[in-house]
Amino acid sequence: MSKIKEFIIEKIIFLCGIITIVFIILIFLFLLKEGLSLFKSVRIFEFIFGKNWYPISEPPQFGILPLILGSLLVTLGAGIISIPVGIGCAIFIAEVAPRWLKDILKAFIELLAAIPSVVLGFIGMVTLVPFVKNFFGLPTGLTAFTGSIMLAFMAMPTMVSIAEDALYAVPYTYKEAAYALGASRWQTIYRVIIPGAFSGILAAIMLGIGRVVGETMAVMMLTGNSARIPQSFFDPVRTLTATIANEMGEAVVGSQHYFALFSIGIVLFIISFFVNITADIFMHHKK
Amino acid sequence: MVDNPINIEVKDLNVWFKDIHALKGINLRIYKNEILSIIGPANSGKTSFLRTLNRLNDLTDGFRMTGKVIFDGKDIYSKDIDVNLLRIKIGMVFALPIPLPFSIFDNVAYGLQGRIKNNKEINQRVEKALKSAYLWEEVKDRLKESAYKLSGGQQQRLCIARTLALEPQVILFDEPCSGLDPISTAKIEEAMIRLKNDYTIILVTNNTKQAARVSDRTAFFLSGELIETDITNKIFTASMDKRTEDYITGRFG
Repeated sequence: MSKIKEFIIEKIIFLCGIITIVFIILIFLFLLKEGLSLFKSVRIFEFIFGKNWYPISEPPQFGILPLILGSLLVTLGAGIISIPVGIGCAIFIAEVAPRWLKDILKAFIELLAAIPSVVLGFIGMVTLVPFVKNFFGLPTGLTAFTGSIMLAFMAMPTMVSIAEDALYAVPYTYKEAAYALGASRWQTIYRVIIPGAFSGILAAIMLGIGRVVGETMAVMMLTGNSARIPQSFFDPVRTLTATIANEMGEAVVGSQHYFALFSIGIVLFIISFFVNITADIFMHHKK
Repeated sequence: MVDNPINIEVKDLNVWFKDIHALKGINLRIYKNEILSIIGPANSGKTSFLRTLNRLNDLTDGFRMTGKVIFDGKDIYSKDIDVNLLRIKIGMVFALPIPLPFSIFDNVAYGLQGRIKNNKEINQRVEKALKSAYLWEEVKDRLKESAYKLSGGQQQRLCIARTLALEPQVILFDEPCSGLDPISTAKIEEAMIRLKNDYTIILVTNNTKQAARVSDRTAFFLSGELIETDITNKIFTASMDKRTEDYITGRFG
């Protein structure tokens, strides 16, 4: 009797494990099948490097270069803001802050992670957008810059918590050894702890960036949704993700437009795949 | 040894970690250019005592202390002491070798960077320190290699060199040979005996034979108390306290 029970439980657990893999493979196959259909009529080069995204004009043009640049610009901006602040925050929490402050900060960062992105987007819309418009004297506050700021907030929790773990993972003995050699706290952090945690910090950055690349809701609300090649941070842009979210509802199933959105999905998939792989390599990097 | 000038004087030292009374009323004088070894069973407060002398206990949660540690005519726990400078003057070598994740050269130069601007002088100091730690011949052609490529014994001598490069007055050794084979141990003991000419050495060791081999005086700690201190020979042949004798002869601990 107990043998049968054991057998059944084992099989169920095996099934749970297999199901995830099967689902991922199915999703991937579906994405490929739909996405690749576009390239029967549109050349890959024109798709990736085409400067115009006019999916419903006649004839339609499916150039996603403006969207790629939009995503890149927003990601770059978010990175410039979130990397120094996030890593600085992690160092502060892990090495400098007294215990009570540490706990408060960590709680707040977890809270930040818990805010739904649509809420962040909404808050950004009513506070940040008018501010950016007036402060920089722009015709509109819906710009790549605005999106970058809000996305930086969303990347930060991931970045801080992973970088913090990496900093904690540096053996305590290193710290003691550095102090015993007369190093000050800052010297110890800067010359021993950060180099020791370096690969983990890079992984934290990559995962934070990964979050930014895939984020949809907040960018859609804040970046102005203009599929043109941006000239500066203060131009409206449209990202890859926002394009799919915006247009999927109106694209006729089976149309070129519909397939083009799936192709964008493949591009996004490839980007996040590489970001995650890089993060993974850093994470398991041995000195 | 007792004729040498006093280097460190510990007066009525009590140490607590949270509720644990780790050191109880320690009074001890340490003289210049001697090797004082501290022996005693586990949890007798040897390492805590050592770490009090370079204020490394400051990093430990719940550390409290009373009493005085006079070094260079000043209480090292008084407010106007520069702790980083103190840790340069009183260097420490840990139980397990802890090379920092850099090259051999950078490990030794670590404490010098920022203090000495002149590269040539840094090079000289590194070479001198490696020579004093009897490591120079083994590493002189591979200074740029990672310190982790060295053997355990070499790593420990590297850690000694790293401390020596700072030209301290006192070196604290915390069971420096506990993870090493007999040959490496002999090399480190040899280094310690020569270093005595220039430095004051305090050696915490679990190996009573090592204390007998290298030290001038020996202090016996038990449950946070200093039971007795005397010339090493006397401690090992005619100790005053029964407990000391029991420990040395292996009847407990």
